[in-house]
Amino acid sequence: MQSRKAYEKFGREKLQRIIETCKSVEERSLDPFLIDITANIGTVKQYFPEWKIPEDLCLDAETLHRIASVVKLQSEWVKHRSTSLYTDPFLLEEKLKRMDKAEIARTLLKAWHPLIEWEQISLHSLSEAVRYWNSLIPLEERWKETPPAEVEASSTTREQLVRERILRDRAFSEELESFWHELGNFVEEKGEKGKVRYWDFIGAESYDETVDRAFMTSFLVTYGYATLEIHPLEEETFLVPYEKPVVRSAKTQLVSIPISVSFNEWQKWKRGELK
Amino acid sequence: MSKRKATYAAKLKRATHLLFFKRHAKPGVKGWELRKALGSDYPKVLKIMDDYLKNMDLEVKTVFEEGKQTEKPSLEQLDRARFYVALRGELVPKEAKMIGWRIDDFAGLAIAIAHIISKKGKAPREEVEELLREKLPGWKVGLNVERYIRYGYLTQDDNRQLYLDWRTRAEVDQKALIDLLLSAETKA
Repeated sequence: MQSRKAYEKFGREKLQRIIETCKSVEERSLDPFLIDITANIGTVKQYFPEWKIPEDLCLDAETLHRIASVVKLQSEWVKHRSTSLYTDPFLLEEKLKRMDKAEIARTLLKAWHPLIEWEQISLHSLSEAVRYWNSLIPLEERWKETPPAEVEASSTTREQLVRERILRDRAFSEELESFWHELGNFVEEKGEKGKVRYWDFIGAESYDETVDRAFMTSFLVTYGYATLEIHPLEEETFLVPYEKPVVRSAKTQLVSIPISVSFNEWQKWKRGELK
Repeated sequence: MSKRKATYAAKLKRATHLLFFKRHAKPGVKGWELRKALGSDYPKVLKIMDDYLKNMDLEVKTVFEEGKQTEKPSLEQLDRARFYVALRGELVPKEAKMIGWRIDDFAGLAIAIAHIISKKGKAPREEVEELLREKLPGWKVGLNVERYIRYGYLTQDDNRQLYLDWRTRAEVDQKALIDLLLSAETKA
């Protein structure tokens, strides 16, 4: 049973090879007589009794179709060789290589009889032109300067600006302090060893809120309210709040750490796939 | 002038208008269009026109479908053929330059056409470009092939195979080109 399966597999491979060879002859204009038609037909015949399922029968039909195409190419090849236009491509290529450009161009001119064609305006194109001209707005109107849009000045309230997110309702430093306390409380409640996973702290119900928290966290780290602890091998990032804001000396080299907070990552975090 | 002569004179004028002035994207007129405009004896009208044009070194050229040249074409074959007015003789290099082509462009076209003919009317574009690179600067090769395609001398299929197109069939005497190329080399 196993050997029969292997025999069928071998047969399929053989047919595939025949198809590929025939295709390359067709596509690359190779000599069709490179294909041994009799041997290939023999192979098709040999494996035909084995084919039972439609896929194998289709493969068999395609092989025959490809072989037939090559036979057609062989016939065309013979016809072409018998015509007066037949020239050995290698001979011609060699000759072309040995002639100079001017000589080749002069030769073409002797066999070239260019067509005479007069281009003229037709009734149709004239009527199109008239229609275009009539619908064309005068230059004066087209080049008129557009006056800048008038904007009326009016007063607004602080609440309105806060609603439009132009102003925050508290001073930034106040907000940062309160966020720092939130981090401290969060670590006390849910953290381990005085630290908490970065995404557990910034992650929120909505993506907008998550980005907002990531933004504030970046300031916590920059202004010395907290620091980041990164474990590259485990791909884990922790936030560690300081008890007191740390004032960094100017001599210390600061390092920027980019952390992607994309929508996909937020969704992964929501599904519990992101640490 | 007899009535018969007057009829043919009128038909001759109409044929001149049809053949000289470009009416479609491609120049020339199909046989069936001529039959519709001139009547079933249009081959005779074209013969008279050809005789007139001889003095001006022009001719009425017939290009049969798929380039099949026939000694005695049937009416159906003529109806499907395309008719053009072409130069009967040949241009000297000085005149040829006036049409805006450089000697390089002519040489490139001759090489491309000759190579495709020798490969039974079909050759991969890469192969043609490689051959052109022997004579033309590399940067110009692709541009020139594009130009030959745009003008209707060559055409290309999805597999980047190049074929001879309608303009080569109408303008170039393929047999003469091959013979001349081979004999030019023998003399050298």
